[in-house]
Amino acid sequence: MSATRSVAKGGSPSQGKLPSESDAGRVSTLRQAQDRPGSTSGVEIKRLRRRRALLFSALGVALVLVCLISAGSGQLTIATSEVVGSVLRALGIDVGPAANPTADVALWTIRFPRIVLALLIGAALAASGTLMQAVFSNPLAEPSVVGVSSGAALGAATAIVFGWTFLGEWSVALAAFIAGLATTLFVYFASRTRGKTEVVTLVLTGIAINAFAGAALALLTFLGDSASREQIIFWQLGSLNGARWQQVAIIAPLVLIGLIVAFSLARTLDLFSLGERGARHLGVNVELVRIVVIVVVAVLVSAAVAFAGIIAFVGLVVPHLMRMVLGPAHRPLLIASVLGGALLMASADLVARTAVPMADLPIGMLTSLVGGPFFFWLLRRTRRRSGGWG
Amino acid sequence: MSIADSTTRVSDAATPASQSAAAPSLAARGLTVAIDGARLLDAVDFEARPGELHALLGPNGAGKSTLLGALAGDVTPSAGSVSLDGRPLAAWKLRELARVRAVLLQQHEVFFPFTVREVVEMGRAPWRGTPAEDDDERMIAEAMALTDVTALASRAVPSLSGGERARAALARVLAQGASTLMLDEPTAALDLKHQEDVMRLARERAASGDTVIVVLHDLNVAAAYADRVTLLQRGSVVASGDPRAVLTAERIGAVYGQDVEVLEHPRTGTPLILPLR
Repeated sequence: MSATRSVAKGGSPSQGKLPSESDAGRVSTLRQAQDRPGSTSGVEIKRLRRRRALLFSALGVALVLVCLISAGSGQLTIATSEVVGSVLRALGIDVGPAANPTADVALWTIRFPRIVLALLIGAALAASGTLMQAVFSNPLAEPSVVGVSSGAALGAATAIVFGWTFLGEWSVALAAFIAGLATTLFVYFASRTRGKTEVVTLVLTGIAINAFAGAALALLTFLGDSASREQIIFWQLGSLNGARWQQVAIIAPLVLIGLIVAFSLARTLDLFSLGERGARHLGVNVELVRIVVIVVVAVLVSAAVAFAGIIAFVGLVVPHLMRMVLGPAHRPLLIASVLGGALLMASADLVARTAVPMADLPIGMLTSLVGGPFFFWLLRRTRRRSGGWG
Repeated sequence: MSIADSTTRVSDAATPASQSAAAPSLAARGLTVAIDGARLLDAVDFEARPGELHALLGPNGAGKSTLLGALAGDVTPSAGSVSLDGRPLAAWKLRELARVRAVLLQQHEVFFPFTVREVVEMGRAPWRGTPAEDDDERMIAEAMALTDVTALASRAVPSLSGGERARAALARVLAQGASTLMLDEPTAALDLKHQEDVMRLARERAASGDTVIVVLHDLNVAAAYADRVTLLQRGSVVASGDPRAVLTAERIGAVYGQDVEVLEHPRTGTPLILPLR
């Protein structure tokens, strides 16, 4: 009896569920609200779709423009047509004016790898912020705020100072990943009580971890030789200076895998906003999804940190702005965050390279200059909304 | 006290024959939940049958929500077992479980500003990738109409009042299309009309063959709507059975520590429970 019952459920769940036409009489008292059945939400959905399409294309166009401008700007100014021509020729399409050989070399050995690295790192940071906010159910969760970035940086710095090269070029990235993963796990379990992450606990945990990692980085700076010292300081500031294709080759697969897994989980992450019990009641294996997301966050953050250092607040600002435009549904939010993060990073890098002539500003300093006040504003707003810390 | 200490099985005589014949869809045997040495539930036996609206009653801290949590599989019992449709809870895949059983929690918070419509849509998540997905639109629209939230469809849930949020959460639970419904205080935040609407709805679901378990505080609501009630006190079942038989003045006085008068409604015959003031 019970077996046939559950089979029948799977086959045609519509039967005997909500009182349908046949029960219409009995439920008439409950139906006053159905005067306008679904029409409002139909219009709403169409409007939201249009808004999504508009935002995605705007971000895409802006991204291409910024990349072209960035490739053309610098000590050696290269015309946009030459940049486009150079890219097309590399793709085997021989059109447009030929760039002079010096410009071509500058583009392919210095500027393009740097731009691609910026795009990858921006996408990774924004996506990891979106993921963290989803599993922590808290819009203030972000890799640098909660200390995951400094944890990963500590791992990378350790690998440098002690000269670990057992995996060649991958050693630094791996050390960053292990430390980043450990930090993410620690933050998650330390800041969660009864299925909730309270703002105070989260931020205080972040302060503690950032303080510890800062001290450990200082110790490593003290221990290291002058070359590694310089490298560690450069990490703490965050910079894309000296980006190479080899680094892109290491980061690209990590970011790509991370993003694919993130997208495949996006709709499940929506259910997390009902709380862990709520998600479980809808068939989500909460423990499994949570651990997968934590690993993905660690992969993305360590990929970002491994060669560029700590670039703060990208994961906070970008998803938040996108959520304001699109609403909280994670699939469109992730796409928009990836595009927006890449755009923000490419733009910030353009400013970092060109704002002061003959100088390369640390990009992490730039993002913190903008992100710090933004975080403060978000904090104030969160407090006002929830009527205190909670 | 003597009444409270010994479990009373009130006879099934008042239950219609068709219902007592059905096998229980949700059954618990010797369910014990202990946390930090405190026994929140102590060897509780429980049964809920298809076609029945079963109310869980008891004073604050009696273990109603703990029992519901254990029946839902959220709370791991220290002893005893729960089975749904004849299968132990642990043998169910989470996704299968979500297709046959829906739970409304006391807490209806939604952490991000999802709209009411999006939240109700989440109720359809367990059916994703199955043929039943074709029913999504209809189920969502119906659930929203039944709970009177259609007009709120595009509002963000965190911006709603407590009662509206509770109704949106109920709509999500209904959209799930499960045959066993577990509702933890579904009427708590609601005004009179919506409270009655929700209870009527719960009873209609039971009448159409579903198993409905509701945690309630209002004894009068339970007396009016439940086919069967289970009265809990300090983690144990005091009595279980037909509401008229269970909800006697003597027993309520002993369990709640508040003397009451039980009258019969002059027209409907439903028991009316009034505190002695």
